[in-house]
Amino acid sequence: MKTDDLVAMLSANVEPVDRGLVGRTISIAVTAGAVIALGLMLAALGVRADLATTHAVIFLSLKVVFALLVVGVAVRYLTRLARPGARQGISPFTIALPFAAIALLGAISLGGAPSSHWNKMILGDEWLECLLSIPIIAIVPFAVTIFAVRRAAPTNLVRAGAVAGLIAGGVSAMAYALHCTDDSLPFVAVWYGATIVLCTLAGAALGPRLLRW
Amino acid sequence: MTTSEMELKALMVASLGGDAASYRSLLDRLSSRLRAYYKGKLARFGRGATEAEDLVQEVLLAIHLKRHTYDTGEPFTPWLHTIARYKLIDYLRRIRTAASVPLDEDSEVLAQDDNAGAESSHDIRKLLGRLPEKVRCSIECVKLEGRSVAEAAERCGISESGVKINIHRGLRSLSAFIAREAKNENG
Repeated sequence: MKTDDLVAMLSANVEPVDRGLVGRTISIAVTAGAVIALGLMLAALGVRADLATTHAVIFLSLKVVFALLVVGVAVRYLTRLARPGARQGISPFTIALPFAAIALLGAISLGGAPSSHWNKMILGDEWLECLLSIPIIAIVPFAVTIFAVRRAAPTNLVRAGAVAGLIAGGVSAMAYALHCTDDSLPFVAVWYGATIVLCTLAGAALGPRLLRW
Repeated sequence: MTTSEMELKALMVASLGGDAASYRSLLDRLSSRLRAYYKGKLARFGRGATEAEDLVQEVLLAIHLKRHTYDTGEPFTPWLHTIARYKLIDYLRRIRTAASVPLDEDSEVLAQDDNAGAESSHDIRKLLGRLPEKVRCSIECVKLEGRSVAEAAERCGISESGVKINIHRGLRSLSAFIAREAKNENG
């Protein structure tokens, strides 16, 4: 085939392009992932029984705000990664900020408590459930996010996969927070942080295989 | 900012708005730049003009299918260079050449023109023949015969949005066929 013929073919009757498509596709996918994660959580685990108490509301909000920040920053960064050669937008270091903030709060909280309480504050009652639930709930949001990124043009597949995993983990943590009754800052920092990082690593490992184009 | 950056960006912006003449002119310019770029890169791996042309065509298809990912607030050259380089690395991996591609500047992709339009190893008619009937019909009508989408819809017996979807899907399959051929021939 002559390249001229290909050029003629591609440029024949070319349609205008929707320029907001990349950002919109990713946002819709993440929202859909969040709804699915919420549905899964409600079906399998259920909302915490004491949801109406002030104590529960405070800690639930804290967990949700942490997860929302993680997801919000990551979505913006993923939109940049999905465009080849894009330079504008946020830097990857911004992603670490919510984690740094929760780690700091956790450390302060530990510092103000007697060391005999540390074990209980960090491990809580359900660390294992948290460790398992967040990655499992994250699977569908991850798949939907990857699907959206595939429609764009990621060129750093490890990084794009990692950020898709990070988003899925954050979305899942947001849903799991409605169930989780372990209300201590160190718990959130360690287990929410660790499981989201786990999802990020899984995404980085899968990215090159899932995102190639 | 170089003249070619400004010129190419203006053509790209017009193309995204649906201006076919600008798009054709853009793809023509990009073909000769990409040809020079890939010939230079592939010479190091003992690959010739035909393989370079295969890559040029693969990248032109990629540019077409991914043109919605260009943000008009950004310069054009890095977008082009990132795609060109991504496809080069992907190609080298496909043919199992365990070679690393040295870092290059964005501007390198625009450094030279090469208008010696060689033929690639792909036979477009043969590739089209492997597409489903309605998909092939849509591409032939609109992209090869230059008919309108409405005419194509009537001819192929599907809706207008169906024609558009089929064209996109078909070009994506073509791009996949081309990538697979490069692997089979060399792998």
